[in-house]
Parts: sequence; C-alpha cells; structure tokens
Amino acid sequence: MANGVYEMMRGLWQTFRSAWTKPVTIQYPEVKRQVSKRYRGRHALKRYANGLEKCIGCSLCAAACPADAIFVEASEQTDENRYSPGERYASTYEINYLRCIFCGLCEDACPTEAIVLEDNYELSFETRESAIYTKDMLLDAVSAPNQPTPRKVKPGSFNRSVPEMKDPVD
Amino acid sequence: MGIEQKAANLGVVTTTLEQVVNWSRTNAMWPMLFGLACCAIEMMAAEGATYDMSRFGMELMRASPRQSDLMIVAGRVSRKMAPVLRNLYDQMPDPKWVIALGDCAACGGVFNNYAVMQGVDELVPVDVYISGCPPRPEALLHGVITLHEKVKKEKLTTWK
Repeated sequence: MANGVYEMMRGLWQTFRSAWTKPVTIQYPEVKRQVSKRYRGRHALKRYANGLEKCIGCSLCAAACPADAIFVEASEQTDENRYSPGERYASTYEINYLRCIFCGLCEDACPTEAIVLEDNYELSFETRESAIYTKDMLLDAVSAPNQPTPRKVKPGSFNRSVPEMKDPVD
Repeated sequence: MGIEQKAANLGVVTTTLEQVVNWSRTNAMWPMLFGLACCAIEMMAAEGATYDMSRFGMELMRASPRQSDLMIVAGRVSRKMAPVLRNLYDQMPDPKWVIALGDCAACGGVFNNYAVMQGVDELVPVDVYISGCPPRPEALLHGVITLHEKVKKEKLTTWK
C-alpha cells in the first residue's frame, strides 16, 4: 500500500517537474529552424559576377535527373544578344517540383555550377500546373548593377562556355 | 502560437457566418491515421512534440475515416492500395479535404512504373500538393497552412 502511494507520487512528481521545463516545440510559421549547410531545397540558377547566366543549356542536369523533373531547351545566341558565355543559352528551363526528389544529381552534373539547391523547403501547391517553376522564377536576380541579360557585349569576349578550372585535380 | 491566434484577430463576433464556419473548420481539421510509405514517417514527426500539429487543431489522428476531415496521402499508392484509398475517402463525411504529401502521392515521383499510381489525383480530388521526397515536417505544416488559406476562401454556395 505505502509502496503504491510512493510510486504514484514519484510519477506525479515527474509530471510536476516537467511542467516547468522549456517546451521543445518550434513555433513553425513564425520561428523557422535553421537547416543544415548541406540541405537541399529549391533550386536557384546562378549568375557570374558580371551578370551573365552560368547556365549554358547543355541539358546535363536533365540527363542526370532520376525523376525527369527538369526540362531544358537551348538556343543559339550572338554577341548582340548575350545571355551566357559560349554559343548557347537555356531559352527554356523548367523544373517540376512535384517530380523533383531533391537528390542533388543536377548540381553534380552541372559543368558550370549554374544550378544550386538552396534552403527553401516551403513548396506546396494547389494545382499541379503551379508546381512547374520556369526560368524566371528560378534565376537569381542580377547581382551586377545595370548588367541584365540579354545584353550586347564586345565580339569575341565570351567564347568559352565552361570556365577554366582553377584546380584540375579537384 | 500557431494559426489560431491569427484567426482570432479576425474578430469572431462581428464576422459573417461564412467566416465563422470556415474558421472553425480550419481549427479542428482532424487527419486520418493513414500512412503509406516513408512520407508517413515525416507525418509522424510533424505530429510529434518538436513540430506539434496540435497547434493547428490536428492533434487527433482519427483511426476511423468516419471521424476524420482530412486525408493526408503520405506516400506512394500502389495499384493494389488504390481501391482501398478510394473506399476510405468515400467513407469520410463531408466536408473533406485531401493533401497529397510528397512527390509520389502527387505524381508518382521516381516510381514511373506499372505498380504505382501516377498521382493520387487519379483517385481522389486533391486540394494541396506538397513537394519533397519526403517533405520536411515544416513542409507538411506549410501545406496545412496553404490548405487552411484555401478553406478560408470557400464560399457558402460551394459548401458541402
């Protein structure tokens, strides 16, 4: 009998004590948990420091994609209308976020490091059509001032589509 | 706290019937205890203490479809499971909503084969699709908030 009361009081003491501890709940929409450095969320298409797009429309990301989420269409470009270095640029770039599994193989496949998976995970849609992100939605804003794409450049200044490797062993 | 405090700012006393009913629907939307694959693990994590879906009035996972308002299709639906899923949906009382959690429920994901349904919207009308493989618990909560926004926009004429 006394032992039973003791055990019950011990349990109640535990309950009482935990009432004063700090709650572990993260108040999600207001407070957001820091994602890990290696977290793979929504993609972004990057630009060089001079404002040109890194993506050259080679479709290697689409070939690497295990879920067939990426669609790339490349077009020819000239020095009058330059989007990216080299001969071609991505005129259409679409990612279907209801197919993408955020594996990061596109990031590995990209020869110019144009596509990067960033830390946005808030992707919910009311229709399937709205899950297809176009190039305008994915492309980063122009970092260099007054250097939008397409733009006119000096002929012959951006002939190499893939930048030279700083460290070929890497 | 969660969405309930924001909803309280609407001024419940002065609002219309439409808003009152939509508010009450969003604040007690009981999901069905129904997990199919790995996304269900994330759904469990969202129900746990760290993310705590009870802040959105969803702490009760009903094991019976007759007591639930929301079906979270968590995972890929195999063709063998498809009639079961439809049967469960038919047993739910109106009003009812469906969230397709994750890529597989939304459109088949990587499983482009004969055994898996290519999107659960072939079976049931889906209200919100959540991207991710599997989505984070936060992504599920974001989907729930998206659904709440959708429910709040519902009109008297379209009520079931």
